[in-house]
Amino acid sequence: MSIYNPLPILKGLWTTLKSVVERPVTLQYPEEKRVMVERFKGRHHLRRYDNGLEKCIGCALCAAACPADAIFVEASENTDDVRFSPGERYSSTYEINLMRCIYCGYCEDACPTQAIELGKDYELSYTEKRNSIITREGLLDQVPDGGAPTPQKVEPGKFDRSIPDMPDPK
Amino acid sequence: MSETTGMILEWSIKAAVVTVICLIGFAYTTYYERRFLARIQVRIGPNRAGPWGLLQPVADGVKLIFKEELIPQKAYKFAFMLAPILTMMPAIIVMGVVPWGTEVQMFGRTVELGISNDLNVGILYILSVTSIAVYGIVLAGWSSNNKYAMLGGLRSTAQMISYELALGLSFLPPIMLAGSMSLADIVRGQQDLAWYFIPLLPTAIVFFIAVLAEVNRSPFDMPEAEQELVAGYHTEYSGMKFALFFMGEYVKMFSMSAVFSTLFLGGFAGPWVDQLPWLGPIYLLLKIIFCLGLMIWIRATLPRFRYDRLMGFGWKVLLPFALINIVLTALIITLFGL
Repeated sequence: MSIYNPLPILKGLWTTLKSVVERPVTLQYPEEKRVMVERFKGRHHLRRYDNGLEKCIGCALCAAACPADAIFVEASENTDDVRFSPGERYSSTYEINLMRCIYCGYCEDACPTQAIELGKDYELSYTEKRNSIITREGLLDQVPDGGAPTPQKVEPGKFDRSIPDMPDPK
Repeated sequence: MSETTGMILEWSIKAAVVTVICLIGFAYTTYYERRFLARIQVRIGPNRAGPWGLLQPVADGVKLIFKEELIPQKAYKFAFMLAPILTMMPAIIVMGVVPWGTEVQMFGRTVELGISNDLNVGILYILSVTSIAVYGIVLAGWSSNNKYAMLGGLRSTAQMISYELALGLSFLPPIMLAGSMSLADIVRGQQDLAWYFIPLLPTAIVFFIAVLAEVNRSPFDMPEAEQELVAGYHTEYSGMKFALFFMGEYVKMFSMSAVFSTLFLGGFAGPWVDQLPWLGPIYLLLKIIFCLGLMIWIRATLPRFRYDRLMGFGWKVLLPFALINIVLTALIITLFGL
């Protein structure tokens, strides 16, 4: 652009003037929230089966797969009287350190029961350092309609397989 | 109440009113700029503080008042304190000669709208007063004892001096057409003929460019080129002293817009202004808002000039162009017998 040629300058002025009538792209954040794309990886969720049992069986494969060492899992025994998940064991402690997590989604891939999934939540701020560790209670989904909260008392022998038959494995 | 007391009172009140208008003008120029700039950049701009963000300037002001004021240890303190005042003051007192309207009847007196509309050296006054602001900037740059501030100050001096010539020469054609240096006469001349930007379009353009350079607006915002000079001459300033520079810049935008409106856009003139004198200030304000909009629009569009190009443009293009304009104006006056 030469400053001695006014035409490109006028063209530029016209371009900026046109953008005045465009709709602003700004989102009024706390009131309006951006709809996240399909493959967005936000905070983790621990999923449940339809009957309310937790999918997580405490195998700690996610912790093994985690490249940032952000996951800590401690498993305990299930009994038919106090049953959290199908099979032998459930995760009695499940902690994710959000300051270490890099949201790579390897835990999702490693999980044999598709118990852990990365959701769409992105408002993860906290004002105290200890709140950066998110526990089992924070990660578990709500009990679905028609399901019962864990621990459940179930009829013996019904949920003896850790990894139930999946009709349509993905 | 004697005539003298009344006159002193009237003038003091008018001066106070004009100063307040300038300061409110400053506050809302920043708001206007931020909103308009945002719309050009397809954003919304400040809209949280108060309805439509109208209290944003107040919030900014309160923030600046409570900021810590730092003075560098090796700064020359007297000049350091003086500089913001020197930059700020001329910007406001320029408004002293800008006519806001004709006469109105108030409290049993005939009150002239404007402080000194008919000052017969009005234009000279504007030229001399606006030049003082350069000292403020140079002093700020030098007394800060900071190389960025120094370079910003030096650039600013060079720029303002170069563009002042084109500015001064562009004042001449309206003077020639109106046959007077008083701004009130120039407005009257435009009521008789036409708004001067019609017969004097090239001069108006040169004047506007020179004003942009004079108030250090983009694309001539060389003294505060962020990318190279941190913040230019006010790098070391904080708190209210920074606010004064900021204020000086925006008030100068405001008052130079007023001068431009008066010289080329008919000033306070407009339909029915003779019957209703109070329309004068409103018309002038609308024209000022229009000029400010132009400045903001240009800022949003053009990148900054390189320093040597800036100088080259000022000396090799604007100055000869302004001289030619004077010759052309003289020709027009002679040919059409204006």
